[in-house]
Amino acid sequence: MIKAENVIKSFEGRTVLKDISVEFGTGQTNLIIGRSGSGKTVLLKSLVGLHDVDEGAIYYDDICFSKLDFKARKAIRKDVGMIFQGGALLDASTVAENVKLPLDLFTEQSEEEKMERVNLCLKRVNLDNAHKLYPSELSGGMVKRAAIARAIVMNPRYLFCDEPNSGLDPQTSIVIDNLISDITKEYNITTIINTHDMNSVMEIGEKIVFIYEGNKWWEGSKDDILHTGNKELDDFVFASAMAKRAKMASK
Amino acid sequence: MLSIIESLGKYTLLMQKVFSRPEKMRIYRERIMYEMEALGLNSIGLTAIISIFIGCAVTLQMAITLESPFIPQFMIGYATREVMILEFSSTVVALILAGKVGSNIASEIGTMRITEQIDALEVMGVNSASYLILPKIVATVFFFPFLAIFSMLIGVAGGYGIAVMTGIMNPMEYIDGLKYCFYLSEVTYAVTKMVFFAFFITSISAYCGYYAKGNSLEVGKASTKAVVVSSVVIMICNLILTQLLRT
Ligand SMILES: Nc1ncnc2c1ncn2[C@@H]1O[C@H](COP(=O)(O)OP(=O)(O)O)[C@@H](O)[C@H]1O
Ligand SMILES: [Mg+2]
Repeated sequence: MIKAENVIKSFEGRTVLKDISVEFGTGQTNLIIGRSGSGKTVLLKSLVGLHDVDEGAIYYDDICFSKLDFKARKAIRKDVGMIFQGGALLDASTVAENVKLPLDLFTEQSEEEKMERVNLCLKRVNLDNAHKLYPSELSGGMVKRAAIARAIVMNPRYLFCDEPNSGLDPQTSIVIDNLISDITKEYNITTIINTHDMNSVMEIGEKIVFIYEGNKWWEGSKDDILHTGNKELDDFVFASAMAKRAKMASK
Repeated sequence: MLSIIESLGKYTLLMQKVFSRPEKMRIYRERIMYEMEALGLNSIGLTAIISIFIGCAVTLQMAITLESPFIPQFMIGYATREVMILEFSSTVVALILAGKVGSNIASEIGTMRITEQIDALEVMGVNSASYLILPKIVATVFFFPFLAIFSMLIGVAGGYGIAVMTGIMNPMEYIDGLKYCFYLSEVTYAVTKMVFFAFFITSISAYCGYYAKGNSLEVGKASTKAVVVSSVVIMICNLILTQLLRT
């Protein structure tokens, strides 16, 4: 479980997150949705501590994460995996080296044990033949899959994904969405995904939080989202033709 | 003025982070070796080329300027040596390395910043500043002094070469000049300067990259800033060190 309590975050006098309180459950795919620029990335980065919040608190299960110092956070970070919007693989390292890095830094495993784990993770994301490739040699979907492999290599209990299918074609998007959703179930992870893709919402959204201009505007499940009568949410949801049709069909 | 003080504060904090205890020594050793090659070995060619040409040019200039029956010819070799050791091999080579290595470091780290690679390291629990910057500082502080010594040798060799090729002076006298009044302390002084220059080039450039934000334009600006600021700091540092070490 991950919880934000009255989180406020400003940059140079401009408030980006305005008093957000929300809870994300374990073993389910939690989605943060909202228009581009609404503050999704800032919220996600505040949750993992890449931004320090101005006010409020972040909890990882029972631990108040936002009050911990660098060293104490480091202990929790072993349990955290994150997939960045652009993948954020280290350019100077191969796919296998990227995935292996957390093992190199934080475990005392032998080289064979580490490679075994790397192979397992790369297989899990269907990236068996890319060990020796550099990030610049990968397609968009492969980058995302390598990033997922790196995020899960330490067996995380918390998984954060910033727009995991931005820049991907619809088919690959679904593959990535399902992959994240499956992994969440398989390992009982607390997964939080940022997205503006209604496809993902209808496909894998279990809990959905709608952010509007830095406010938590609405939260609920994908069954409710089509019938809220909330103007801002409807504008967002029905900007996609697919959602429009889904609503018609349900009438 | 305020922004300079603010930057100084940010720089100091970053250096504190850089010099906090490393994660794992073995990983650091590997990265230091890698950076020695990337930042040090790969600069040998450039250093050799400029040193040999400047060595030739200085000898030619000296030969032309000091052309007088009252000045012994070996003074040309002596003057070339002094120029190469005291200023060229450390200060000028450092300025050129600031251009090559400084911009390289700033753009590499800056790109890592804007593509969230630094965030990715932080989320893993890695001290990104130490992981990325410390190996570069250690590598350059260790390697650049050798580049300075290398530059001295190549420079005076260039002078000798030009003396032989053009016949503008007697090569034997040139050699006598090289040996004339030679104190090892001059080399130590130059090497000491280079240690400081290496530290400033690397740390300032890394600082510029580490706090880059925005897009590729900003990375370009960060890398320009890295070269300009480290060059200015090298010049100031040169004066201070000369005052401290030579008087
Ligand atoms: N590091 C930062 N400094 C200043 N402003 C920022 C920073 N990061 C994000 N912002 C601002 O916060 C707002 C929300 O951004 P973001 O969370 O990235 O939106 P999105 O929902 O598209 O992910 C934007 O207006 C952006 O300009
Ligand atoms: Mg975003």
